[in-house]
Amino acid sequence: MAEAGKSPTAPPRSFVWTRRVLLTLLTLFTATPLYVMLSSSLKPLQDVTGAFRWFPSTVTFQPYLDIWKTVPLGRYFVNSLIVAGAATACSVVIAVFAAYAVSRYRFRGKRLFTVTVLSTQMFPGILFLLPLFLIFVNIGNATGVALYGSRGGLILTYMTFTLPLSIWMLVGYFDSIPRDLDEAAQVDGCGPLGALVRVVVPAAVPGIVAVAIYSFMTAWGEVLFASVMTNDVTRTLAIGLQGYATQTEVYWNQIMAASLVVSVPVVAGFLLLQRYLVAGLTAGAVK
Amino acid sequence: MRRTRMAAVAALTTALTAALATGCGGGTALGGGANNDSPKELTYWATNQGSSLEADKKVLGPELKKFEQQTGIKVHLEVIPWATVLDRILAAASSGQGPDVLNLGNTWSSSLQKSNALLPFDAKNFKKIGGKDRFAPAPMAATGAAGKDPAAVPLYSLTYALYYNKQMFKEAGISRPPTTWDELVADGKKLTKDGTYGLAMEGGNPVENAHHAFVFGKQHGADFFDASGKPTFDKPANVAAVKQYIDFLANDKIAAPGNAEYAQNQSVRDFATGKAGMLLWQAARTSLQAHGMKTDEYGVAPVPFQSGGTDGRRNVDSMVAGINLGVFQNTDNVDGALKFVKFMTSTEEQRILTTKYGSISPVLEAQRSKPRDKDEAVQREVLAKSAAPLPQVPDESQFETLVGGAMKELLADAAAGKKTGTAEVQAALTKAQQQMQK
Amino acid sequence: MTTTAPHEAAGTAAAGTSPSGASPPNRPPRRSFLPDRIRRGGLPYLLLLPALALELLIHIVPMVIGIAMSFKQLTHEYIRNWGSAPWAGLDNFRIAVDFDAPVGRALLHSFAVTCGFTVLAVGLAWLFGVTAAILMQDRFRGRGLLRALFLTPYALPVYTAVITWSFLLQRDNGLVNHVLHDQLGITDSPTFWLVGDNSFWALVVTSVWRTWPFAFLMLTAALQNIPRESYEAAQLDGAGIRQQIRHITLPALRPVNQVLILVLFLWTFNDFNVPYVLFGKAAPEAADLISIHIYQASFETWNFGSGSAMSVLLLLFLLVVTAAYLLVTGRGRRGEHG
Repeated sequence: MAEAGKSPTAPPRSFVWTRRVLLTLLTLFTATPLYVMLSSSLKPLQDVTGAFRWFPSTVTFQPYLDIWKTVPLGRYFVNSLIVAGAATACSVVIAVFAAYAVSRYRFRGKRLFTVTVLSTQMFPGILFLLPLFLIFVNIGNATGVALYGSRGGLILTYMTFTLPLSIWMLVGYFDSIPRDLDEAAQVDGCGPLGALVRVVVPAAVPGIVAVAIYSFMTAWGEVLFASVMTNDVTRTLAIGLQGYATQTEVYWNQIMAASLVVSVPVVAGFLLLQRYLVAGLTAGAVK
Repeated sequence: MRRTRMAAVAALTTALTAALATGCGGGTALGGGANNDSPKELTYWATNQGSSLEADKKVLGPELKKFEQQTGIKVHLEVIPWATVLDRILAAASSGQGPDVLNLGNTWSSSLQKSNALLPFDAKNFKKIGGKDRFAPAPMAATGAAGKDPAAVPLYSLTYALYYNKQMFKEAGISRPPTTWDELVADGKKLTKDGTYGLAMEGGNPVENAHHAFVFGKQHGADFFDASGKPTFDKPANVAAVKQYIDFLANDKIAAPGNAEYAQNQSVRDFATGKAGMLLWQAARTSLQAHGMKTDEYGVAPVPFQSGGTDGRRNVDSMVAGINLGVFQNTDNVDGALKFVKFMTSTEEQRILTTKYGSISPVLEAQRSKPRDKDEAVQREVLAKSAAPLPQVPDESQFETLVGGAMKELLADAAAGKKTGTAEVQAALTKAQQQMQK
Repeated sequence: MTTTAPHEAAGTAAAGTSPSGASPPNRPPRRSFLPDRIRRGGLPYLLLLPALALELLIHIVPMVIGIAMSFKQLTHEYIRNWGSAPWAGLDNFRIAVDFDAPVGRALLHSFAVTCGFTVLAVGLAWLFGVTAAILMQDRFRGRGLLRALFLTPYALPVYTAVITWSFLLQRDNGLVNHVLHDQLGITDSPTFWLVGDNSFWALVVTSVWRTWPFAFLMLTAALQNIPRESYEAAQLDGAGIRQQIRHITLPALRPVNQVLILVLFLWTFNDFNVPYVLFGKAAPEAADLISIHIYQASFETWNFGSGSAMSVLLLLFLLVVTAAYLLVTGRGRRGEHG
């Protein structure tokens, strides 16, 4: 943070103590479940089926080996990667186009478009789950493109889920980029699309990364639509993880190990790129 | 100007919607009938019968190969987790896009029958799979509403039985398993000490609760639906029935309070690990083995009855539990599907599959062999003599959700030390009944 | 996590206006592949087309169908061919809002639970977020690490976060009771968190744990936009920390708060994942959130007409609340800026 050390005088003692106490409490609240996740994933099964214990009786990495055998986690992982990756890529491209139009042009229906798109955030998922499913089946019957049960259907769904907020964030971000820049590019002979690709997009990288993280996280975590729209072959992690609660045993140690394994990519990506998310979000919100 | 734009969008939306909506209606109706367009392939949705989805694939895989060798029909298997089965069937029914053959919990038969999603087994279809008489009467009674063509045929049957820990019984000085609930409570009290309990209950699972409510109801001479299919949840006899079950935890205190939260088969683990001396369960053998309990460590007996007089009380101590096999209306290989049903219900396949799953066969001929263990012996006897199907009404699943859910709340209240007397049980059941729409 | 270093640079990117390597090299003028007419009037529409098509296909049309379903008597019998389901007029709505009858009463109860849950969860998430953001405004040792830790719950996929909480909240073997009962002895007997009345608190805690980092993230970003000079000026005037927070920090956070609270409200009110993963399909009465209630009303009973009607009511409510909210806060904002 560039402006760090902003106060010329050191903060008063009482403030420092308040800060210590409150931040410690928040740290405990936040970290305890994370600690349990980690420690339980290193426990033998009997440690997680009996009374709670803070530390493993013996540290074992067996759960990390077993998770791949109890359920086909590898396949679910690949499915989630494909679905979330493709949904993110498509959503970002489409959102960039739409946001550019909204940010740089005056046209009829602009307000209607933004209001409608944003209001979809209020739609209860339950209300359009079944209709959407029927639409996919009918498109499949009419065109032979299988959307139901395929990854394609899920990709289409997830990219649309994230479009509204993505567009909104990007409009805010694009607005903060001086128009002179792309006008200069157009003078230099780029068309409007050229200006978008050569000038606006590079200048908006933080915003675009923010949108990408948001899209990926949404697609990686969605449960409801995945439960109805996937089958054996296309099942994603969100549903696949239920497999560790079998008819005979709930493998809590494996659940925790698998949870960690599926969380690491998103958490690492998020923490690495979060400063972009901050930039993208505030650009959208502050304008 | 903005108004015209809005009108245009509205018009476009309406047009698209109309096209899709009519497409839905028409498309399904036209392609609705079963046909034989794709005679060499079948899609089969199996429910999760074994310990895991993968275990099921291992059990069914070789059998499906066998079927392919015999008929040349390739079967695509998908094992569906219980949590999503009903939603998937619903989606399939509403869209016409689904499997050719599918497993279903037998309690859903009437509901699916009413939705017309399954091919009715009329005389002609029964003939193709070797006749109706091959099946035992009790499981056949759980294939749809009486007087209508069955929506499915029985595939695996199960009944409840009482599992008891021999060692714990011996130590407590109990010589034989209880045959009445009074005896069960008395035995349970003897077993309840030092952190062990008499009975393990799956109190957080509405479905289990509802099954017990049904049996207790029958034993009190009551039903949860009257002859016309109307709910009668809060009849005094049903209230007494439900209260009797809740009391195991509330009054008799022979079950651990924590049982009120059990919904992931923790009660089986508690029984297997000696934390509880008795368990009411269906075909627990494989699960108990998985927890390291050997077959000679536990005994199996029929579920107890009421003691005393028989005023209107019926001789029922289990529901007819089990899985039915149905053919989807929209199948494009109806002949192959029926062949597959015939194959799966053949005596030979039944012996193989029911042995692996620890269930009993609804096919009479397959039942004639010597029982493989005491578990099967007890279950066969119960199925033949004292098991009754759950109400064959379309709203049955609501009964399970609402009554079972009400019992879950009651058990939670009892475990937390709140009062769960007749008045509270009555109120909970009345509320559940009112939630039934129409 | 060893990813702390980059966060120190957070915020410098927030300006975002530096055209990093963006000055285009001089190229000979190139003819666009688009005809002039489209370039002038149609281009924005062309750019919007993919987004518009997707929104129509995935959001709008299914929504319209869903609304149409709410006027139909769509039960078991018609599920296979629901075009043929008879129109029910306003019956579904009438049943849903008849609060003297059980169905309506249950819906009202669920609505009340959801409102209470939303107010608490959003309020706490905001409070935690703003507290942490303000306290971590100044640089101190380990700040980057702490920030990464705080953000982690939000980055976790919902289901892993909620599964972990369901493990912690088990009565017999969970950490929460282990601490409260076994170690601290606060409760006489282990508490039920996943069944019965306390399930409401289980829901609130899980939800807050998952969402407060988002508030923290947004508010941290907003704080970075407050010019240092305003604090310095206030300090010269003799304002204490508390006054600085009240007169500088909080007013400056207003625009972000406006959006943040709305987004949190909508997410929390419509939340399906947390109760579904925590309790399964049948939530305890005390935690019967509206989304789960509607799911049950439609999927468990296959009465989609009735379920859709409830959803439509929910949507109307959210629309009204959002519009009112934007109107009120928007007016405040405008007034403030002159």
